[in-house]
Amino acid sequence: MSAISFPEPALATEPVEHAQPRPRRWYRQPALASGVILLAIILFAAIAAPLLTSYDPIKENLGQSLLGPSGHHWLGTDQTGRDTFSRLLYGLRTDLRIAFIAVLFPFCIGTILGSIAGYFGGWVDTVLMRLVDIVVAFPFYVLLIALVFVLGPGESSIYIAITLVGWVSYARIIRGEILVAKRQDYVVAARSGGLSSVRIIARHLLPNVITQAIIYAMSDIVQDILAIVTLGYFGLGVPPPTADLGSMINDGQNFLTTHWQLTTFPGLAVVVVGLSLSLIGDGLADLIRPGQS
Amino acid sequence: MLVPVAIGVTIVVFFLIHLIPGDPARTILGIHATPQRIALLRRQWGLNRPLVSQYWLFMDRLAHGNLGQSLFYGTPARPLIIARLPPTLWLIVYAAVLAITISVPLATIAATRKDAVRDHVVRVVPMLGLGMPPFWVGILLIYALALRVHAFPVSGYGTGFFGHLRSMFLPALTVAIALSPVVIRALRASMLNVLGAEYITTARSKGVPARRLFLRHVLRNAVIPAVTVLGINIGFLIGGTVIIENIFAIPGIGQLMINSIFQRDFPVVQGVTLVFGVLVVLVNLLADLSYAALDPRVRFDR
Repeated sequence: MSAISFPEPALATEPVEHAQPRPRRWYRQPALASGVILLAIILFAAIAAPLLTSYDPIKENLGQSLLGPSGHHWLGTDQTGRDTFSRLLYGLRTDLRIAFIAVLFPFCIGTILGSIAGYFGGWVDTVLMRLVDIVVAFPFYVLLIALVFVLGPGESSIYIAITLVGWVSYARIIRGEILVAKRQDYVVAARSGGLSSVRIIARHLLPNVITQAIIYAMSDIVQDILAIVTLGYFGLGVPPPTADLGSMINDGQNFLTTHWQLTTFPGLAVVVVGLSLSLIGDGLADLIRPGQS
Repeated sequence: MLVPVAIGVTIVVFFLIHLIPGDPARTILGIHATPQRIALLRRQWGLNRPLVSQYWLFMDRLAHGNLGQSLFYGTPARPLIIARLPPTLWLIVYAAVLAITISVPLATIAATRKDAVRDHVVRVVPMLGLGMPPFWVGILLIYALALRVHAFPVSGYGTGFFGHLRSMFLPALTVAIALSPVVIRALRASMLNVLGAEYITTARSKGVPARRLFLRHVLRNAVIPAVTVLGINIGFLIGGTVIIENIFAIPGIGQLMINSIFQRDFPVVQGVTLVFGVLVVLVNLLADLSYAALDPRVRFDR
């Protein structure tokens, strides 16, 4: 996890050829600022779910089944009388928690393997990149579903499957960045100073290249959320009765013609989460490489 | 390049069985299985042999076109899978065509007026699209275009070429909607690149008409990076069909995969995974070859 808390690339390492433009603050980036605000609202709603709704997301109440939206039940109730809005918040909570944890493992493993491949080159690089080619040869969802199936449905299987499938992108990105960065003067200087390879990678190279991986992580979290929701839809995700957006969509599907809100709103929640993370990713990219969008 | 990856694909598929917790034969057959059946399955899969010899057995069978025996149907897995390939291939090609049909005009609209309102609108579309669960889009399309307006059938594969074309429109559109955000982004970026190139300025100053300039000079050069992006995301495209086939009840290998998972039919799941892996490897080869057709500068030198 320590990989994420590395400091921002030090400005001193960049050649100062002309006056530095006024540093752009993150809140002056409209995409980044609106993404951060949107994500903050979603995270607040997910974390504060017990405060925002008084209904139990799991307890069934068959006398109240399939009610339409009203003042009591903002989005109505599902076929077992559970409040849809409450399940939506708790579902977001589950899925966001799993997605944010799930992204950490491939991020760390991919970053470590990618920097080893990029820095040392040679046969290590060849072997690792061949491995990447093999994993990439499988369609994302096919390998994911096959892995979750053999490991057995559940949260830990999701983490393992996402890690096994997801590390390759980080490894590729970090390897590519390090291949370029290791020829820079500051690395040559560090090397001639007799610093160990581990130290050069961790203290000198990674802080300069990690932002690319962080930008990618934003879209990767979106992909992971979609994967978690999809697995939930097929009954391969979090086991019921825990609220999960995917299983909510699956349940609501049977009442599509009469109660479209049961299917539509869980999906919309995912779309809004995806939008906020995309905005953050785009904004970060703009912040680092201004003018290139 | 292709051969090591293909061998790697078989190794990954082979190892799936060893990721099953506990005794694979017992786990797959469930708690009610007789010891005889478990022993038979263990012998069939060679589970009591060393790992290398198990893999050798797996490859030997594969070389003879044997993908194993379906536990649910009791028949060989290969004909089961082959019979379901055509709908899947249909869906993949149809979706790719629709994705390009959606992406090229939108990217053009955005790139030709950079930073205008329409550019910003087009740039927000992929952001929304990336977060849409494909199966959810499929369900909404069924609701809007099949149940509300009876424009398309709710599900199925249809019969005959035009039947397929009509029945598969919604599923293909669903996959295309999931795919187009990435393609639009890449195409817009590469069009902007091309529009800034010197040969475009030259062509403009020569007085090449705008339409001809766009079609012959900009689009053709911008399409190559878009094909690359489509090639990179081909795994995503093909993987998306697994999900979508199940929403629209299309009898392809994606539906076979999910059904086999519910029937705990491990050999079929394994076989389908292998076929999907091989499919991606082949399509990537095709994408590489199509660069040569699109870009005369690319030659395959030996």
